[in-house]
Amino acid sequence: MSFDRWIALVILSISLIYSYAAFFTMDHLLPPFMQRNPVWPSTFPKILGILSIIVSSIIILGLEKNKHNINGTEIDYRRIFDYNLGPAIFLVIMMALYAITLRPLGFFISTITFLAVSGYVLGERKIIILFFVAASASFIIWYLVEQVLGIYLRPLPTIF
Amino acid sequence: MLEGLLIGLETAFSLKNLFMVVGGCIIGTFIGMLPGLGPMSIIAIMIPVAITLGDPAAALILLAGVYYGAIFGGSTSSILLNAPGVAGTVATSFDGYPMAKAGMAGKALTIAAISSFAGGTIGAILLMIFAPALSSVALLFHSAEYFALMIVGLSAIAAFAGTGQVSKAILMTLLGLMMATVGEGALYNMPRFTMGLMDLQSGFSFITLAMAIFALPEAIFLVLNPARASHSESNKIENLRITKEEAKSIAPVIGRQSVQGFFIGVLPGAGATIASFLGYAVERNIAPAHEKKDFGKGSIKGLAAPETANNAACTGSFVPLLTLGIPGSGTTAILLGALIALNVSPGPRLMTDEPQIFWAVIISMYIGNLILLILNLPLIPYIAKILTIPRTFLIPFILFFTLMGSYIGQNNATELLILVGLGVCATIMRLANYPMAPLLIGFILGQMLEDNFSRSMQLYDGINFIMERPMTMVLLFLAAFLVILPYLRLAKSKKAS
Repeated sequence: MSFDRWIALVILSISLIYSYAAFFTMDHLLPPFMQRNPVWPSTFPKILGILSIIVSSIIILGLEKNKHNINGTEIDYRRIFDYNLGPAIFLVIMMALYAITLRPLGFFISTITFLAVSGYVLGERKIIILFFVAASASFIIWYLVEQVLGIYLRPLPTIF
Repeated sequence: MLEGLLIGLETAFSLKNLFMVVGGCIIGTFIGMLPGLGPMSIIAIMIPVAITLGDPAAALILLAGVYYGAIFGGSTSSILLNAPGVAGTVATSFDGYPMAKAGMAGKALTIAAISSFAGGTIGAILLMIFAPALSSVALLFHSAEYFALMIVGLSAIAAFAGTGQVSKAILMTLLGLMMATVGEGALYNMPRFTMGLMDLQSGFSFITLAMAIFALPEAIFLVLNPARASHSESNKIENLRITKEEAKSIAPVIGRQSVQGFFIGVLPGAGATIASFLGYAVERNIAPAHEKKDFGKGSIKGLAAPETANNAACTGSFVPLLTLGIPGSGTTAILLGALIALNVSPGPRLMTDEPQIFWAVIISMYIGNLILLILNLPLIPYIAKILTIPRTFLIPFILFFTLMGSYIGQNNATELLILVGLGVCATIMRLANYPMAPLLIGFILGQMLEDNFSRSMQLYDGINFIMERPMTMVLLFLAAFLVILPYLRLAKSKKAS
């Protein structure tokens, strides 16, 4: 089964869970006076759930034929290991770590670490320049966000 | 109309808004030049800044400026490096790059700038003519017609998705609509599909979703395929002048493609990419035999056609957005999301209720196009230096701005984790060639669609509104036809073969 059909299978599963929630878990929460209405909070989701089950099934069953199915993408998933997969996964992990550490470590430490380590992983070896660019960019962005846009960003770790 | 136009002139020519349009055009050009970063990603990154401005007119002017700038920047990288920043400028590289290789990079950039200017300006004139007319018709619409019209818009996006992509586009639209139902909607005042999570109580954030499905996958693709970001070769830009004969030769092309591109841009789902390819194909077909052979080898007509068409189409895509409140493309969907975040509801009433926004945007299009012509053209050799930024610096910064954009919008670190999760899902879906723009359009239209559907159901006590309102029925038939059309075409071509 081709990759796009696997994705459709995942979406079909999501649609089934969504439809189950719409059909069987929402209506009993409705106050009695709303039950007289022609449209309920579950009406629209029920329609969407059924339609997405039908459309994802069309893709899984291959009813819409396409000669050039996946070739349209710029990255061929069948040769995914030939690409820079390691650094890409590492950067995704770095982003998740940045999200987790932004508040406890403060903006400066987490941002400088994120920018410098990401640059290093991508192959930059001029460590001093990398650190200098990361530090100055962090300060400029912090200044713009905090002072110009007026949005609070904790600059230093919580202990300070 | 005249009164509105004067209000628009006053708003657009205020110092703040002039600064917005100039800034937007320059930022758009700079970032649009970077291969792999399209206008959708750039606008998504700029949204938090625009929303923080608090002034809807200034925000829309800034984002519209970024939009034109990005298209212009994309053309520059197409011509100089054969690396189109956006799909809408791929056709530009067919003749632009051969011209640059032949030592005519300056001339190619001038033709691109003039064509873009003409396409954008003529498009703005057509917008000025057609938008008010369409607005006055749309004022007659009730919620039932709005519901049907949104269905037509969503169906058209699927109809233009291309061979083998129709089901995927419909599925992505449905997924976007499903995501829009998550959270506590204004209509029912009860949480839906939140799975008991407090962070989902107010639903998915539009900014986070826009960043996750456009900016983040672009950055990941740049990491996966380094060839996309690094270009060692660069063509020298020297003489920017074009001769009188050349100007005469491209003038009719510009005229034709401005009109054609504009009307293609108005169609939901068509947009700049289809306009530029169609413009190129039309001009190649109608060119005399001795000129036809130059297409693909450095023809000035082949360069002017897609450049004019894609800019006119960008302007055309504002028609359904400003008059009906329905975005026809991913970019205008992001603009609609930004307007909703600023408590402005685009639609037929926008022209009468908020004339300063409606007209200021149109006036700013003229200013933006003029700025791109007079400011960017002489500065292109310097702006092109951005292409020399190493990817080791570029990619971490794109990721950082994506994260920051989402954080600033919500001021919530959990939002960043949602962004990363959705971004990874979007990247995997893009690898499987699932179109992402329909998802965002579905998400943004979702709440409005449900509101209009529920209102119509309540007013007519059920589904009767389809029978009782002929216009609704006609629109729904049209939507059904648009969905079936690609399958009919497929069946016909099968029969023929």
